[in-house]
Amino acid sequence: MGEVKVLQTGESGFATTRFEDLLAWARKYSLFQYPFATACCGMEFFSVASSRYDIARFGAEAPRFSPRQADLLWVVGTIVQRQAPILKRIYDQMTDPKWVIAFGTCASCGGFYDNYTTVPGVDRLIPVDIYIPGCPPRPEAVFDALILLQEKISNGNREPTVVPPRELPKLSQLRSKKEPA
Amino acid sequence: MSKRVLERLRAQFGERILETTDFRGDDTAIVAPADWLEVARFVRTDGECLLNQFTDVTAVDYPEREPEQPRFDVVVLARSLEKGHRIRLKTRVADGESLASLFTVWAGCAWGEREVYDMFGIKFDGHPDLRRVLLYEEFVGYPLRKDYPIDRTQPLIPYREDGQFMSKLPPFGQDEGQPWTRINWAARLQGRDQQVSPAIALQQGQRRALSDSTAGDHPESDLGTVEE
Repeated sequence: MGEVKVLQTGESGFATTRFEDLLAWARKYSLFQYPFATACCGMEFFSVASSRYDIARFGAEAPRFSPRQADLLWVVGTIVQRQAPILKRIYDQMTDPKWVIAFGTCASCGGFYDNYTTVPGVDRLIPVDIYIPGCPPRPEAVFDALILLQEKISNGNREPTVVPPRELPKLSQLRSKKEPA
Repeated sequence: MSKRVLERLRAQFGERILETTDFRGDDTAIVAPADWLEVARFVRTDGECLLNQFTDVTAVDYPEREPEQPRFDVVVLARSLEKGHRIRLKTRVADGESLASLFTVWAGCAWGEREVYDMFGIKFDGHPDLRRVLLYEEFVGYPLRKDYPIDRTQPLIPYREDGQFMSKLPPFGQDEGQPWTRINWAARLQGRDQQVSPAIALQQGQRRALSDSTAGDHPESDLGTVEE
């Protein structure tokens, strides 16, 4: 939460903050998501949502299959030109405030498809908040994206962002050992 | 194994079977478009051939074959469940010519022929419902023809003008394997740009002709032969 003032009056007390900050704090931990899964990245999305990785831990557990009840649109997979009107319509049906995550390289930029049928990134159709690179992305990258989005919701930042690459801690330890001191 | 089918076809149709090839068990018979339906019906019903399972119908575009030869090969693959043999039937059609639909022989080829129509613009006479199957009705031209410009897209809803757009993310950048899809067919048909792929060029000791195969640098790559 943004600015918080705690006023202690004897044994009890109270805290004050700005209304927008309180609202953002509530929103970032209750994201209702609409998964628009069209391709192989959908498998990774199921993996993220199911018990092994369990996205519910981050307060984004409720998928809503009506866009009118959702405030986070996951575009998971390749979007072809024929599907573009459907995606646009779903985005238009969502109520404000709404956020969009482009899941995987195809949704972000068209991936290795560069032809008559593929939309070169869903940002040509709808504004995107977070891009997750990867073909498909690891579940950890998806969590990074969600946490990044929650940060952006709490500070009101709507700048499109790419999830930075993450290195396994084990791997970086190995690398630092290899290099002579 | 299915040499018997080729022999049977030659015995039945004689000169009307234009050409037969047999490569490692892949048996192919080439027939004239006028005989297409008759030959297909024969191999389906004849007791020795009995090719009762339709596998696929597709087409191949050879623009460099024009004008001496028709441009498209239409290919049908069929298989016999009883006899266990397969055969490939081919015919050659020119741009604008139509071919008899095999719907009455193998009902399963209805969607396959729609796909061939969708991708190559070859029309099938007697087809019950010849519409585009994968693309949308608003699409102009036929994308698997080799003179369809590789970079021409036809968005159904207009792209956003404002905002920032993501360019290709790694590992799909222009110098990371992307340009192999960009063959400049206009240049190739004129004898230039024989590049197949950067990897093959490297094997042959050629310089990578990335600039020559990038469609944007060539205004003539747009042949302008898109039909309604």
